[in-house]
Amino acid sequence: MLDNILTIRGLKITAKIDGIDSDIVHGIDLDLKRGEILGLIGESGAGKSSIGLAAMGFTRNGCKISAGEIDFDGLDLARATEKQKQNLRGVRIAYVAQSAAASFNPAHRLIDQYAEAPLSHGLSNALESKQEAIELYRKLQLPTPEEIGFRYPHQLSGGQLQRAMTAMAMSCKPDLIIFDEPTTALDVTTQIEVLSAIRDIVREYKTAALYITHDLAVVAQMADRIQVLKDGRAVEMSETSKMLAAPQEDYTKTLWAVRNFQRREKAFDPKDIILSLNNIDASYERHGPKILNDVSIRVVRGQTLAVVGESGSGKSTTARVLCGLLEASKGELVFNGDVLPLNYRKRDKSTLKNLQLIYQMADTALNPRQTLLQILGRPLEFYLGLKGEEKNARVAQLLEQVELEPKRFLNRYPGELSGGQKQRVSIARALAAEPELIICDEITSALDQAVNESILNLLNRLQEDLNLTYIFITHDLATVRAIADEVVVMWQGKVLEQSTTEALFSPPYHEYTERLLSSVPQMDPQWLDELLLQRAKAEAI
Amino acid sequence: MQKFLSSWWGIPLSAQFGLLVITVYLLLVALAPWLAPFGETEILANAYEPWSSTYWLGTDSLGRDMLSRIIYGARNTVGIALIATLLAFLIGGLLGLLAATVGGVLDQLLSRMVDVIMAIPSLIFALLMLTIVGTSATSLVLVIALLDSTKVFRLARSVAQSIVVMDFVEAARLRGEGRWYLMRHEILPNVSAPLIAEFGLRFCFVFLFISTLSFLGLGTQPPAADWGSMVRDNATLISFGDITPLLPALAIALLTVAINFVVDWKLHAASGLKD
Repeated sequence: MLDNILTIRGLKITAKIDGIDSDIVHGIDLDLKRGEILGLIGESGAGKSSIGLAAMGFTRNGCKISAGEIDFDGLDLARATEKQKQNLRGVRIAYVAQSAAASFNPAHRLIDQYAEAPLSHGLSNALESKQEAIELYRKLQLPTPEEIGFRYPHQLSGGQLQRAMTAMAMSCKPDLIIFDEPTTALDVTTQIEVLSAIRDIVREYKTAALYITHDLAVVAQMADRIQVLKDGRAVEMSETSKMLAAPQEDYTKTLWAVRNFQRREKAFDPKDIILSLNNIDASYERHGPKILNDVSIRVVRGQTLAVVGESGSGKSTTARVLCGLLEASKGELVFNGDVLPLNYRKRDKSTLKNLQLIYQMADTALNPRQTLLQILGRPLEFYLGLKGEEKNARVAQLLEQVELEPKRFLNRYPGELSGGQKQRVSIARALAAEPELIICDEITSALDQAVNESILNLLNRLQEDLNLTYIFITHDLATVRAIADEVVVMWQGKVLEQSTTEALFSPPYHEYTERLLSSVPQMDPQWLDELLLQRAKAEAI
Repeated sequence: MQKFLSSWWGIPLSAQFGLLVITVYLLLVALAPWLAPFGETEILANAYEPWSSTYWLGTDSLGRDMLSRIIYGARNTVGIALIATLLAFLIGGLLGLLAATVGGVLDQLLSRMVDVIMAIPSLIFALLMLTIVGTSATSLVLVIALLDSTKVFRLARSVAQSIVVMDFVEAARLRGEGRWYLMRHEILPNVSAPLIAEFGLRFCFVFLFISTLSFLGLGTQPPAADWGSMVRDNATLISFGDITPLLPALAIALLTVAINFVVDWKLHAASGLKD
């Protein structure tokens, strides 16, 4: 107990949901030694973030700590005054949020934001803190550490911002840092850089850390011990290597589920091409740089074609060109044997109906002022001319197809649904048009593991029932392996290769594909070290 | 009825008060001939009669019944302001949404036209227009509607622009929906809250604008009753310690306050903040 920096006993957090107080965290115990990294893992709603915030004595709006002790180095944060807590926060306890892009103030330079905490707590002067910042930027392997701090947040990439935020958290040399899903929004190749930077600096400064994530493979690289959470209760806790080798609880085993998701074999005719892109070029400005460069892709009817690549590789642009939202500057689109107009405005109703798009962010893809009945009813009315009772019956049927109970959901607004449910509604809206081809643009990347798996299962089942063809755009290779029949790898606006999933995931690999594949975190705690070692060796040669 | 009652008690007290006052005013507007004891322009007695059982609020400078004139005045002042504001929102809102939805040349054309109109001080512009087209109630409504629609246009356009770029609008475009559907079903429901709030404010401004015009002799023309000119005509009474001439002014103030209570409530709801 004595060498604990943080001791939590019987922590309960209560939230007001629909006007009723209900517990979201039911009595959690945690011990964190100085210099130790503890991984908190669980799906969304498990209470990970609430516990992380509670470790600073803070709760979200509408929540409160209703019982228990949070002992930080002798001070009970559950009962401390606001003033006492303020003196700790930023100085002895720091927090790194999931979305650095949303957490920085866009109007100030990074280095000024870095210096804010040390200055306001009187720990150093402006000049010193700037020098420290540059030193930290260097340690976190940010490019041009002397200059990068003088840029504004929008001038950095997501991975760089996440590291700049970690530097900011380190500014007062805290005893404890809380990382709340710091790499979840990043793609695999960027994730590695951030992970290794965070790990090195935490080890060097001997800072204790709570590392919150839903990705077991990530936590395996970072944490000394892992605590599994579900619905605000502790499931099990043990050393990282033990946990990975032999998880005790059934629930912990299901966290592996999506990685073991197996797609069923399908029979299809490889000559039956539903859609082909022939030598497509596209750019956002008339004479601007080419975002797509000579892209050719064939899609076989009834198949799932995955398009993978890191951010900026042009995979989402490909989807926009397919839909006609972005007019290709060169090349041709052939759908069911007919050449398609490149602009969606010139396409006829039946083409629009047959090509449906599902968006990444279901939050913005559904009109917040329409009920599900209106959202799903409109395409039925518009494309199929259904009205009144007939329409309502079909909407109910669609909701059933995506496993939402019609009676409960028909008259709800999107704001009253969870992230996974919203995405199901988006899928139902695409299905309502009775399309032949559905383009899924990163539709699972904003969802957590378990929900992710259920959405993939749903898509698989619908494909079998309705003989749909999917183009599945993603940066997550686990998803690709789970769902795709064929894979297109994109890099800097070019198609590097198109092959079957089996061929892609077995050697010999294309050079870039190999880099992408090797960047996917593995369940082995040594994986990150070995990978970095290998890459360092390769570069030395 | 039960649903209405339960939602009624969910409204803040100030907004309840505002809604009640507005309802009373609207009743006055609708039922003026039945509610008023005497005619609008009837000369009944000597000028400046004190309050009595016959003339509850006394008579004005020409011997007309004050109470009846206040009731009819609601019709002229509130009625004209209401119609002018509605028309301003119809024109401004429609064009604003259209400009945001279509964009490009149409947006530029409409926006620059609005800029030109807004560049001329509105009182001078109104005086000019009214001198040209005459001071009938219809032309008053049209001129005010035209002037105010520019402000509504700007608001509708800017709010709609942030909605137009959302994925759900793009999804509707991809479905092949026409402009009218996009504006009416996808965009309007998402911009209605700020527009409703603006409606209340605009209404007050129009109201005051009409009073200003009346004072300058270009608003409601005598002998029609109008609260603004009623204050002016009977102002001499104030020096004798009689508060009667202040009553029309009070009627204006009360309505302005009531509308702003409702606007505050709507703004609060639109901002999505919890209590």
